[in-house]
Parts: sequence; structure tokens; C-alpha cells
Amino acid sequence: MEFVLASRPLLAVLVSLLAAILIVVCGRWPNLREGWTLLAAVTKFGLVFSLLGDVLGGRTPGVTLFEVSPGIALALRVDALGISFALSASLLWILTSVYSIGYMRSLGEEHQTRYFASFAICLSSTIGIAFAANLLTFIIFYEMLTIATYPLVVHKGTPEALASGQKYLVYLLTGGGALLLAVAWVRNIAPTLDFQPGGILPAATGATELALLLILFVVGVGVKAGLMPLHSWLPAAMVAPTPVSALLHAVAVVKAGVFGLARVTGFVFGADMLQRSGAINPVAALAAATILLASLLAMAQDNLKRRLAYSTIGHLSYIVLGIVLVTPDAWRGGLFHIVTHAAMKITLFFCAGAIYAKTHRENISELDGIGKQMPVTLGAFGVASLGLAGVPPLGGFLSKWFLAGGTLAAEQPALLAVLIISGLLNAAYLFPIVYRAFFRHSDQFTKFAEASPLMVVPLCLTTLLSVGLGIFPDAFFKWFSLANETAISVLQVAVK
Amino acid sequence: MTHIPVLIPAPLLLAAFLVPLAGMLHQGLVPAVALAGSAAAAAFAVLGLRKVIAEGPLHYELGNWPPPVGIEYILDPLSAFMAVVVTVTGFLSLVYFRPSARHEIPDRFVTGHAVALLLLAGLSGMVVTGDLFNLFVFLEIASLSAYALVAIGDKQAPVAAFRYLILGSLGGSFYVLGVGFLYFATGSLNMADVAERLAPIYHSRAVIAAAVLIAVAMALKMALFPLHLWLPDAYTYAPSAVAGLIAPIMTKVAAYVLIRVFLGVFQPSFAIDHIPLLPAISWLAAGGIIFGSVMAIAQQDLRRMLAYSSVSQIAYVGLGLGMANPLGLVGALLHVANHAFMKACLFFVAGSLRYRTGSVGISDLAGMGRKMPWTFAAFTVAALSMIGIPPAAGFFSKWYLLLGALEVGNGWFVAAILLSSLLNAAYFFRVLENLYAKAGGKEDESRVAEAPASMLMPTLLLAVGILVLGLLNSLIVTEMLMPVASGMYRR
Repeated sequence: MEFVLASRPLLAVLVSLLAAILIVVCGRWPNLREGWTLLAAVTKFGLVFSLLGDVLGGRTPGVTLFEVSPGIALALRVDALGISFALSASLLWILTSVYSIGYMRSLGEEHQTRYFASFAICLSSTIGIAFAANLLTFIIFYEMLTIATYPLVVHKGTPEALASGQKYLVYLLTGGGALLLAVAWVRNIAPTLDFQPGGILPAATGATELALLLILFVVGVGVKAGLMPLHSWLPAAMVAPTPVSALLHAVAVVKAGVFGLARVTGFVFGADMLQRSGAINPVAALAAATILLASLLAMAQDNLKRRLAYSTIGHLSYIVLGIVLVTPDAWRGGLFHIVTHAAMKITLFFCAGAIYAKTHRENISELDGIGKQMPVTLGAFGVASLGLAGVPPLGGFLSKWFLAGGTLAAEQPALLAVLIISGLLNAAYLFPIVYRAFFRHSDQFTKFAEASPLMVVPLCLTTLLSVGLGIFPDAFFKWFSLANETAISVLQVAVK
Repeated sequence: MTHIPVLIPAPLLLAAFLVPLAGMLHQGLVPAVALAGSAAAAAFAVLGLRKVIAEGPLHYELGNWPPPVGIEYILDPLSAFMAVVVTVTGFLSLVYFRPSARHEIPDRFVTGHAVALLLLAGLSGMVVTGDLFNLFVFLEIASLSAYALVAIGDKQAPVAAFRYLILGSLGGSFYVLGVGFLYFATGSLNMADVAERLAPIYHSRAVIAAAVLIAVAMALKMALFPLHLWLPDAYTYAPSAVAGLIAPIMTKVAAYVLIRVFLGVFQPSFAIDHIPLLPAISWLAAGGIIFGSVMAIAQQDLRRMLAYSSVSQIAYVGLGLGMANPLGLVGALLHVANHAFMKACLFFVAGSLRYRTGSVGISDLAGMGRKMPWTFAAFTVAALSMIGIPPAAGFFSKWYLLLGALEVGNGWFVAAILLSSLLNAAYFFRVLENLYAKAGGKEDESRVAEAPASMLMPTLLLAVGILVLGLLNSLIVTEMLMPVASGMYRR
């Protein structure tokens, strides 16, 4: 990996911070304000995309800013893992921005300036997480993301929103504390905090120490990743406006958790150390339990967004499972699932938001026959549901296929069974919604009346993306190659 | 020979005497004189720090009497760092002092300024002196000024000041007793000289008694739990201008004296092996961190919440010192600077709020975030820094303290640091929630203006300073604190 100095990673982080300032300054002129959001989103994606060529060419663009602690610099490095996450987050931010404008305006929400500014800061933090070159830089952006998301969770200011905000903080800040402790610990025993494929922990580290360290890390990033039993903030956070649930609580924030797990296991521990810690099986078991439990809990939810939230919890643990199994296929599948799940789940949330904006319905039991009124939205919902259940040729099938291969390579057939059962459960909690929408009749929805095109167009595009990822997993953004490259770089070094 | 060490307290002392004269001529001259004196002190402190880093310690013999007989003023990296923190924060506090004092204590405007300058002169004198008894003199100057300043506050202030006076005088007496014992044992008062003469007689009971007396005295002065009893009332009922002056720096200088005495005059091993003072301090501090935070959560008055938060935060400094390792000390010293900025900023905000609304109840804050956006933006930055959210300065204090705690392998300290950060979040987010998330605007049509520029500027400056301190902490640590810390523990 050849390092090249580049300012673009830094610009990609800063562009939305700058936008946040401009958004606040221009808060009085909504159109100008939203202009900054859109401009920042497009610019950010452009910057990230422009780095893709370098990464695919085997180079590592990056920049080292200044020391934030003696010997540890604030530094950004763009590798295959980082850019794959950054690409998906920044691409979907463009669509979410358009969608947000439609959603917030059609509902006449208050405090839109704060909303768009916080959103922009969240995206800066997310890209910072993706490009962080060492653990300290990572935790700085990780904590920033926690705080920047809080105003979005409590956006409505209702007692329910405030209670959810408190819950959110308790969980996330506790996780942050565990992560900080873990990072400080690594700083005390390892020669460096820089992420390196194959890990940085010294070979002499004892098994108990490794296990404790891994527990701290898993708590730290597992909170954001919704790993049970650390998950309950996520359904509560559904009180936020739907675009927040869509981008942050299906893509950016929660994926920062699983991304962090990939960083920690692949670039701090490495496969050898992970094996030695003896923690693979417990974490995998936790993930498997999360997958099944979350799917069962999802079935029990009548509130559409909460059902999707539980579904997210389950799918995040697919990724967790793939990462801790440390076989090449499991990593490929897990990392690819970061992207495919992002596309599918954001579609579902967009649909839920469009339904809410148009009809103010939040509960599944009130949606009988809505397919007649909003056929495009519900059609998209159906497609994404198929994808989540793992039906070919959608993206979800592909990631699951590799995950399944990974479980076999790790000689864990029980986990394969978990994946298969989970697919069925996914179908069981998602398809009835589609069924109700199209095949149950009711008199309330008769006329064709979709939500604003600002919402419908983004959700159609994400649907296309979900399908496209299954058929052409490598088109345009090379997401599959990136996942593959990460898996090879991490596991080859370690396995030899 | 350079004059810089003495030039730090001198302009403050001079200005303290000039202020009443200026007040007789014209009230408008008072702040100008005060700020000029304070700015000169800060400028000399910064100059001194640069010189110390470049050339090594600066010594000044007062009245040309050579030590150990004469009084010596010393700027070494530690005292120069402290002098900058005290004088720069003090300068900003004086900038804020004028509008706030004019509003809250108009009839004590002139004397308030004079005594505030005396306080700063005392504090900066404590920092630069190399003489144990001279330190006592400055300690009393600072303490008496503080009692007086607190006493001119609310109705309850005289009682709070009286309590402060009793406990503070107790501390002062303990200190001077301790110094007396040391003098009997060594025949000297010059710190460097005493240090040399002490080493062979560490087992002496007089020396051990002296150490205990000085430790208790300074624990009282820095409000180290459970000797913090004077602090909450004093900070709550003092005039806002005074709280903004005392809260950021006063207790830190007492902590500095502990560092100076137990890591400088005594060898660090003394306070661990001969009598376990440092471990005692660290355990009390760990308790104080939690106690202060829990009490802060229970408060309904913003100032009282901040006061208990101070009890908790000063204990961070105690913890870093008590850990007795370089990283812990770095964390402690960095937190001295960080917390000075954070607490000044927070008390300024509380004062501005009082200036505009007359109320400082936490439940009255609903919707204020939009009425005084800049003031509360500064508050938010300081609050996040207190919780330890990067890249604000508070995160890095936590980082070094955590590294220190891990190095000594004490899980309780680690737990205290991490738990405290959550507790800080609990009480600060309660405020932030009120400020921003609760709807207070609809039925409440009252218009509250943003704080006047003279109060807003120093507040915002501190908020920016918090971020700058955070991002540049590595510079401070490698250039100043790490050499100080490793130097002190190398002996």
C-alpha cells in the first residue's frame, strides 16, 4: 500500500462542518439554507468518489494533521474498508437531503435549521470515522457523532422524545466510555495506535487481557451497532423524524458501530489475536441471538418504524457475525452487507416516512389497502422487503450468500441455520405489510396520491440501488471489490 | 538577572492600589486601570513562559537578598504555566467583572475591582514565590480578598463568606503551622533549600507532622472532598462577577501548592512511603469526583450545580496528583488550565443569565437557548467539554488521567473517571434539554435579549479557547507539562 498525501479526505470531512455553519447563518432563508445542504452533500460525495480511483489503484491517500496527544496525530487514511463506508454514507446523504427537504416541509416541522445543521455535523463525523487512521482519531469522531445525533433524536421536544434522548445518551455515552478505556489500554500496551491490517497488539499480550480488551471494544462499538443487550436505544430513537431514522439509524450511526468493529477486529486485533482471546464464539453467539431475537421482536411491533428498527438490529448483527468469524467469505459478506442493508433499509424508512407525511399513519394495522393510494411507495417497500429477506437477485441475497459461506468455512453450521431462519423471519415480519397494503381492502385509501416527489424520487433511486447491488455488485462504486480487498488485506496478513 | 518573576504579581498589586484613587477621580477609569494592570501581568506571564521554555528557569532575588535568607521568586516551567493560567483567566474575569459588577453590586464597583486585583495579586504571588513563608503571605492576601468579595453578594452571602472565612482561616493556620515545623526542622524557608535539608530527616516526626498539616491545609483551600463544605454556598451566593473570578482559579492554586510541596520540596517518595499522603489524596479525590457529580445532579439552581461540579472537577486534579505518576500529573495540570476555562465560561453564562432574567433556576431555562443563542452556544461548548466530548479540552484531561490510572493499574480510579463523565452528562444534559429541546417559546412571549457584548465577548473567547486548548493540548503537554511531570518524578 503506497501512501499518497491528499487533502481530499480532510476536505470530505470538513465540507459538511462548513455547511453546518452556513446553514445556521442562513437559517432565515430556508431555500438558501437547504441549498447549502445539497451543495455540501454533492461536494462530499464527489470528494469521496474522487478518492476511489486511488484506493482501487492500491494507493492509500491520507493526511496527518497535528498531534492531539504526544506521538498520536489526528490523521486520516483512506483504505478500502473506509471508502466503502464513506461512499455509501455520502451517496445516501444526497438522497436523504432531498428527501429531508420534502419530509420536513410537508410536515411543517419546527427547528429545521438545527435539524439540517446537526445532520451535516453527523455526516462530517461519519466520514471522519470512516477515514480515521488511528484509534484516537476514530474515537474523536465517534463521540462527535454521538453528540451530533442527540439533537435529532430529541427533535420533537415531546416528553417521549426527551425520554428517548436520555436513553440514547446513557447507552451511547456508556459505550463511548468503554471505548475510551479500551483505546487508553491499547495505548499503554501497543507500540502504536495506527490501524494496520492484521493488528497492532503485541504478540506477548495475554489471553485474559485480550479478552477483557475485546469485551470493552465490543461494548464500545456494539452499542452503536445495536448488539443485544445494548440495543434498546435504537427502537426508542425512532421518535426522531424519519429521515434521521433512515440515514442515521439505518446507515451512518449504526454502521459506524459495525464499521468500528471491523476496524477493531481487523486492524487492532487481527485474526490471530482474536482467536487467542477466545471471544469469537461468545460474540458470534451474541450476534446470532440478536439476529433471532430482533426478528421475533420485530414481528411484535405494530409501529412501522419500530418494526424496521428491530429489523435493523437483526441485520446489524449479520455484519457483526461476519466480522467476528474472520473467514474471508464472512468478511466479504459482512462488509458487503453494510452497503446492501444500507440501500434496502433506507428505502424502507423512506417509504415509512412518505406514508407518514401523506397520511400521518404510523401503525401497520392502519395501512390496509394503502397500496392503492401510494403504489410506487409500497412497491418500493415490497422490493426492499424481498431484498432484506435475501431473495435473489437483490443485494441482500449476495451478502447473505457469502455470509453463509463464511459460516461453513468457520465450521459453524448452527450459524448457517440462524441465517436461514432469520431470512424466513424477515419475510414473516415484512411481507404481511406488503400484503395488507395491496391485498386488503379498505375505503380510506382510494385515490392515487403519492407523497411529494422530493420523497418519492429518492426512494425509487434507493430501490434501484438495492436491486442493482444484487445484479451488478461491482458497478460504479466497486463495493464488492472493496469488501473483497479488505477481507484479503486483513486476513492474509493474519492467516499467512 | 531578569525581573520577570516579580513583574507578574507587581502590576496587579499596583493596580489594586491605584483603583481606589482612580475611583475618586472618575468611576469610568476604574476598569481601565484594573484591566491595564491585569493585562500587564498576563503579558509578563506569557513572556516569562516563553523565556522559561527557551532558556530554563528564571530566578529573582527580592531586594537583592540572596536566598536562602532572602525571598526568591522563581519561574520554572510549572510556575510559569500556572502563572499564565491564573493571569490570563484572571484578565478575562476582570473584563467580565465590569458589566456584571455594575449591574449586581453597583455600590461596590470600585472596591470590588480593587479587591479582585488584590486576589489576583495574591494568587499569582503564590505561584511565583520560591519561599514557603512568602507563599503564606500571598495565600492570606488572596484568601482575605476572596472572603470580602464573596461577602458582597446576595442576602445569604455574608453567612457563606463567614463559613468560608472560618474554614479558610483554619487552612491558613494549618499551613503556617506546618511551615513553622519545617522551619524548626531545617532552619530555612526557601523551597529549594528546605528540599535539600529535608532529605536526610524524612523520618522526623516534626517533618511528618508538617507534611500532614500542609496537606490538610491545602486540601481545605482547594475544597478537596470531604473538606469542600465552604465551597457550594460561597460560589452560589457570591456576586456573579466574583464567582466568575474565584471559581476558575482559586482552588487550582491551592492544588498547585500541593504539587509544589509534595513533588518539589519533598521528594515524591516521601508522601508515599513515609506517610501515605498522596494515596490518601487520590482516594479522597476519587470519592470527591463521584460525590460532587451526584450532588450536582440534585441541584435546582444553576450556580449551585456548577459549584458542586467544581467540587468534582478539582478532585480530578487531586486524583492526577495522587496517582503519583507523570501521566496523572500531566492530566492534573492540563485539567487545571482546561477547567479554569470551562468553569469561567460556565459561571460567566450563569452571570449573564442573571443579568438578563434575574433567575438562575434550571427549570426556568426552557427555551432560553434561542433567546440568548450566543451565550448558550458558549455554555454548550463548555458543558460538552466538561462531559469530555472530543475535541473539546475536557476530553484530553480525561484521556491523560485515564492513561495515568491505567499505568498505576487502579481500576477504581478508572471507574471513577468514566462514571463521572456519565454523571456530568446527566446534569449538563438536563440543562441543555431545558435550553433547547423543551418548548418554552409558544406561550412565553417574553423577550429576553442576548447578553451585552462586554459580557458576551469574554464568554465566547473562553468557548473558543476550550476548543483551541483541546486541539493544541499536545503542544502544551510535550512542551511544558511532560517535562515538568517527568522532572518531578525523576528525582
